Amino acid sequence: MRLLTHNMLSCNIKGVTNGFPLKLEADKWVTKEVDLNADFLRGIFPKIEWSALLAAARALGFAELPEQADASMLSSDDFLRRFHHALLELHVEEGALVCPETGRKFPINKGIPNMLLHEDEV
Amino acid sequence: MVFFIIILGPRISERALELLNLPNDGVPKLLLDIGCGSGLSGETLSENGHHWIGYDISQSMLDIAVEREVEGDVLLGDMGQGLGLRPGVVDGAISISAVQWLCYADKSSHEPRMRLKAFFGSLYRCLARGARAVLQLYAENMNQSEMIMTYAMRAGFSGGVVVDWPHSSKARKEYLVLTCGPASLQTALPKGKGEDGEMCSDEDDSDDDENQTVGVYERNRPRKKLKVNKKGKSKGKQWVLKKKEQMRRKGNDVPPDSKYTARKRKAYF
Repeated sequence: MRLLTHNMLSCNIKGVTNGFPLKLEADKWVTKEVDLNADFLRGIFPKIEWSALLAAARALGFAELPEQADASMLSSDDFLRRFHHALLELHVEEGALVCPETGRKFPINKGIPNMLLHEDEV
Repeated sequence: MVFFIIILGPRISERALELLNLPNDGVPKLLLDIGCGSGLSGETLSENGHHWIGYDISQSMLDIAVEREVEGDVLLGDMGQGLGLRPGVVDGAISISAVQWLCYADKSSHEPRMRLKAFFGSLYRCLARGARAVLQLYAENMNQSEMIMTYAMRAGFSGGVVVDWPHSSKARKEYLVLTCGPASLQTALPKGKGEDGEMCSDEDDSDDDENQTVGVYERNRPRKKLKVNKKGKSKGKQWVLKKKEQMRRKGNDVPPDSKYTARKRKAYF
């Protein structure tokens, strides 16, 4: 699971009012290089919740993202590289996503988060 | 059976992607593949340069997707429980042969209606305004088709059904094409593929003359208009007062005239 996906996921449990962001607990992760596409990064940037990306990247040991980000930074190659790396090149293989409200853990195995809700959570 | 799916699968997902009507600007989009299985349809999305998030309820299918090293992220999830995505973040969604399963009561014994509602509600929310969802599905009967369409409309989608090869029982494919937001020129559906009597061949992707688009469903009804007479003038206050007087003379029960009688109202409600 990449941090792009993590940035979009919100806890779906019945009654939860603010299920975003899910806290990332990572036991195993890998880096897979992919080509940088500046157009994509500039297009997706407005949809990214920056503080969630920042926290998730830090959980994976990547501390190169600025505390805050705004669109003007998208003209900087250096910023784009860091943004690209955090968003698309870090893959969580094993770990869990934790609901910020209930503490419920959604396990991640082989890179696949298990988001299935139990009977009483629907 | 599996061979059959592998041959036709990419063709169906290509068509679904085409029906998404994404802008042709060369910018990769973020898409969903609902019921992504082992990643066949997702590969079509990757080949076209897009990023995607796949959902499937089968761990074993997803394991295959991971083994095949698909480029999208895949999640183990039940679409009938809702997609769990933030509002407005997705540029489009496809689904190949999966959504009809919402119509069956699943093992958790939750009503299909609740599941359809949860699915379409969450799908509508996570799509950006103007984005589309294209759901290729095999509805068992009209009831299922209608039920699926009803819940899509209730969630706020406008759209309709595109039918390719309607006359071939083997090749016939239905695509539910939904747009997030009100109907407009942008939501106009393309024509389905297939010519009367002609055998469809897998090689033949040419545009055919006889086309079929079945059932366009508008979420918004047309606006009410002012009544106008033949000269194009609207029937004004004088006309109304005259009519009321006529009715009174006939002996009908007519409310008394007041300052509100035939007062100008907005042209639409």
